[in-house]
Parts: sequence; C-alpha cells; structure tokens
Amino acid sequence: MQKTYYDPKDLKDFGKISEWDQELGDKFFEYYGKVFEDGALTAREKSLIALAVSHTVQCAYCIDAYTSDGLKRGLEREEMMEAVHVAAAIKSGATLVHSVQMMKKYDKLSM
Amino acid sequence: MKSLAKRKDSLADPKNQLALFNSGVFANGELPTFKQKVSESNQYPIKPNKLEIFQVNLGYMCNQVCAHCHVDAGPDRKEIMTTETMQLCLNKLKESGATTLDLTGGAPEMNPNFRWFVEEASKIGVQDFIVRSNLTILRANKKYYDMPQFFKKHNVHVVSSLPFYKRGKTDKQRGNGVFDASIKALMELNKVGYGIKGSGLKLDLVYNPSGAFLPGNQAELEQEFKTALKEDFNITFNQLFSITNLPISRFLEFLVASENYEDYMDELVDAYNPSAVENVMCKNTISIDWNGDLYDCDFNQQLDLKVATKGKHISEFDVDALSKRQIVVSQHCYGCTAGAGSSCQGTISD
Repeated sequence: MQKTYYDPKDLKDFGKISEWDQELGDKFFEYYGKVFEDGALTAREKSLIALAVSHTVQCAYCIDAYTSDGLKRGLEREEMMEAVHVAAAIKSGATLVHSVQMMKKYDKLSM
Repeated sequence: MKSLAKRKDSLADPKNQLALFNSGVFANGELPTFKQKVSESNQYPIKPNKLEIFQVNLGYMCNQVCAHCHVDAGPDRKEIMTTETMQLCLNKLKESGATTLDLTGGAPEMNPNFRWFVEEASKIGVQDFIVRSNLTILRANKKYYDMPQFFKKHNVHVVSSLPFYKRGKTDKQRGNGVFDASIKALMELNKVGYGIKGSGLKLDLVYNPSGAFLPGNQAELEQEFKTALKEDFNITFNQLFSITNLPISRFLEFLVASENYEDYMDELVDAYNPSAVENVMCKNTISIDWNGDLYDCDFNQQLDLKVATKGKHISEFDVDALSKRQIVVSQHCYGCTAGAGSSCQGTISD
C-alpha cells in the first residue's frame, strides 16, 4: 500500500484525468491553457498569482509546478515570497474579518 | 572554488560521468537511454548535415569558476591551444567550407596567442566569426581593456554569457562581482558600437538557468533582458540565446550533490522533442579541442567522446569522412532535445 497520500510523480499524470471523461477533461485543459496565456496580465504575472493561490489552497502539486514555472520565467525568490505573503494576508484577513461577526454576536447576547 | 580536475574529484574523469549516465535510472529501465528514445522516433543514428560551424576551443583556462560550467574551466586549468594547432585549424577551416568560425573556451581571450589567431582567422573571411566571451575577462586586466576595439577591427560577432539581468542570480552562479564587471564590459562593448542598431556589430547574450530547471521561453526572456538592461544601465544587445544546462562536469556535480540528478534527467526525458533532434548543433558543427582532437560538439569534447571516424585529429581532418559519420550520443544529449531544444545559438525548435 502507498505510504503517503501525495506522490510527486502524479503531477506528470495530471493529463490522464481525461481518460475517464474525455469531454470534460479536454474542456478543462483547454480552459486552463487559455487562462495562462498572455492577456491583460502577462503570463509571468499569472504564474505569480497561481503560485500565491497554490499556497492558499495548499495544493502541493501546484506549489511544485508554479515554483518551477517561476524559476523558468526568471522570478526571484523575493517576488515569490511576497506573493505568498499577499495570499497569506488575505487568508488570515478573511479569518480575522469574521471576528467582527463574533464580536457583534458576543455583544448582542451579553448583558 | 577550484575545478573538479584540481580537486581530483571523481567526476573530473569523463569515464565516471559516462558511467553515471549508464547506471541507475537508465540501467534499470526507469528512463529510456537517449539512443532508445531517438530510435523510438526513427531518428537513430543521427547523421550530420553539411558542415557549417567550425567551433574551436582555445583552452580550458578561465578567470571564472562558474558553478554550472560543463567545461570545468578555471584559473587552475592549464590546457591551452598552441599556435601550431591553431595554424592547423586555420588550414582545415579553409578546406572545410564552413561558414562560421566559433571560438570558445574557457576564456578564449586568455590564450596568449588569441589575438594572432583572430587576426589570421579574420583574413579567411568566414561569414560569421564568433568569439564567446564571459565578459568579466574584458575587465579583468588592463591588457584586455582594448578588446572591444580589437573585436570591432576584425568584425567579430561577440556572444557573451550573462545568466541574469540582476546581480543576485548572476553572482550566485558565477561568483561575487561578476555582475558588476559584466555590466561594465557590456557598456564598453556598446561604446564601440556592439549591440547598437545600425552598427553591424553583433552582440548576443547567453542565458542559462541558475539551477536544476529548464530555461523559459527564449523570446519572453529576451524581452525581459532587453527592458531591464536598457532601463537600469542603458545597455542594448541584439539577441538572447537561451541554453539548457547539460548534465556535465560541474553542473553534474551540482545535480548529484543536491540530489537533483534523477529529477533533472527525468525532466529532460519528459521534455524530449523529436523535432529538436532535426536541428541539434552536432549536425552542422565540428568541435576541436585545445589539443586538436575532433568531436561532434563541445559537450562530447568534455566527455572525451571523439568523432566516430578514423581520423580523430585536426591533422587528419577529412570533410567527406566526417560527413558520413554517426554522431556519438549518450544521456547528456537529452539536454539539447528538451522542450524548444538547445544549442550554442539558443533554441532550435518552436
């Protein structure tokens, strides 16, 4: 039995998901490829966003892929870490902003 | 840092590098050998096209000791081409019909007979006369300060290494101070007209990744380099060549020591591009080492894989026999066929 849930080699097999549903798989990868093309944002900027989002969704495959992609694009570690902090700030901010609800509820119920 | 040769590291012996290529993942079948992979696409054996590029390695001496160097060059390497061998190269270059002369090293400028060779070679009148300069040598000693003018006088096409347009990555790969010296050298080259539109003096840069990953898109990197070097230093250049690091010598040492070797080879194999095989540089190049021995490319030179013809020395140069030879391959060749492919002139496939 496999001893870990994650196998780095699974990333290379991502494309095989289409084997079980060709139509949806093809549509997904076409969409995915289109999203990362140069547009109003450059492919480099999109790669950095993807790296940040990878951390918030805590996708080990995505972190692997977009760290490598960033290196290939010449991203520097300072840029990468700043992007992760932006993601972390939003995630922690999203947690903390809910504390306003907690505070209001607390105050409402308290005498 | 010293060269592998000076440190007497086991990887200084090409036989040990080749033994590594023929063991582990390539011996147990986990990854196909290059020969197997090329055979799958019916492209084996690889045969040469018309000879176009005469690439002469003037010696392994260099003022730098770069972490990724496939030549294992450095100040402690003493292998230097003599004028006798240079003269032989010039004689055979005339016979060969090659249209490009490409001088490399080490730092070719450090060969004491470099200027004589350039002067003599320029009389032959090849279409493209390339000197591969590491840039810092142009600022290493006063005796090299006039090199940009010397290059200009002989209409040399300068191809220079610059790993990145920022200090951090450049100095990490090539040593502290390399970035600043490289920028100064580029400014000096620009000053005499190199890389300036309309001057006719070509200045190309070479980018190679600063680690165990493949280079990104050449056109995108070129644009980033051009924008950054112009904005930050008012430097201009012609083209950027994006080159994949081949797993040879010190880069192989890095891969093994950092436990990236198998993953890197896996990435190269995974990115194998059959269309790049049609344009690999060994098909139109002959590489000559400091001693006059002949190879299919500078990488085979470092692995001591001489050409598969009876004559293996410049004194025995036979363009007809060479045109019928079979290119000698091993697992390092995956570096030239990965993704958009790689050569001394950058990518080779769309």
